[in-house]
Amino acid sequence: MIARPVRALSSLVVVLLAAACTNSFEIPIETPIRPKLDVAAFQRVLVAGFIAGGTEDVDGNLETTRLLRSQLRTKSQLRVIDSDVLPLVDVASEGRDSGGVTTTPVAIKEEKDLEAYEHVFANVEYWKKIGEEYQQPLIVTGTVMFTPLQRNSIVQREQEVYDSFGRRRVVPVRTYMERKGFSLDGRFIFIDGRSGATLHSESFGEQILYNANQTTPALSSYFELMDRLIPTFLSTLSSQKIKGTRILLQ
Amino acid sequence: MRVAVVPIMLVLLALASAPLQADARSDAKKQVEFGISVAQRGLWREAIYRWERAAQIDPSYAPAHNNLAIAYEHEGDLAKARAAYERALELEPGNALIKQNYELFREINDRTTSKSAQ
Repeated sequence: MIARPVRALSSLVVVLLAAACTNSFEIPIETPIRPKLDVAAFQRVLVAGFIAGGTEDVDGNLETTRLLRSQLRTKSQLRVIDSDVLPLVDVASEGRDSGGVTTTPVAIKEEKDLEAYEHVFANVEYWKKIGEEYQQPLIVTGTVMFTPLQRNSIVQREQEVYDSFGRRRVVPVRTYMERKGFSLDGRFIFIDGRSGATLHSESFGEQILYNANQTTPALSSYFELMDRLIPTFLSTLSSQKIKGTRILLQ
Repeated sequence: MRVAVVPIMLVLLALASAPLQADARSDAKKQVEFGISVAQRGLWREAIYRWERAAQIDPSYAPAHNNLAIAYEHEGDLAKARAAYERALELEPGNALIKQNYELFREINDRTTSKSAQ
């Protein structure tokens, strides 16, 4: 006697749950992001060069300058100045020499090695001179460290298993794995070519890891990591629209 | 006699306010439904107006705040979007769909307000 109303009630709950599930609607949205920096005063942009270090397989200065210039050409209103890439490590070393301390450029292998050169970004006179040379543009510079990584850790992966009836199941399996990859860290610095002063600076850091037996060229890893950073870089200078979907509720 | 009157009055008040609350929820739902139909046609300003009305009519109706948050996000008003998502989650902390929307919003918001920017 009691079983029938209970069964009816439970089926009603199922129906109500199903109805509740249909009371949501997926909708595409485009979130406009205002630029972090007001670049209205500039018509031109000079990606001057970077103090780069890490692996010798990729020229971080040259590749970063090239990539940012090409991105700005297609995705910003500013006119991109084509010029030789500045050898900022040499410039920073010369600056030190004129200050009475003689330094010879050393290979930049770790982040702490950058410290010896970072004073160049605060050299207002130097950047003002560069600005005058290129008709007072917005200047983009900074640091780039592209270093190899190695991590040994427990990772979870999915494995197919078949039971005695031949049914396939996918189960999570934890295994110890050697992984290799790269990290890309540094800073984008935006300098006013009229005054030589820093307008904005932004740090970044991304990592990528592969199975140790996988051979991925350093340059493709570099581009993969830069791909992740480009939207953030561009959103500093120009407004962007980020596409996505959300769930409306009723 | 006087002592007995007070509880009776309270019960009557409670009974009288229940249909009022139900009416408010039903009115808010109508506004939310209309808002969804116009948002699906790209009329986000009208949708915002409807969902703001719904939140005024029934401030405890989480879907109104969730939908408002989405509309504010679409308009680029990220501060208002955050406040609306947080209100929706306060009202329905266990709602997985609101949580999912909020997580996606935070991903964008964190990207635009980089912690290391000077």
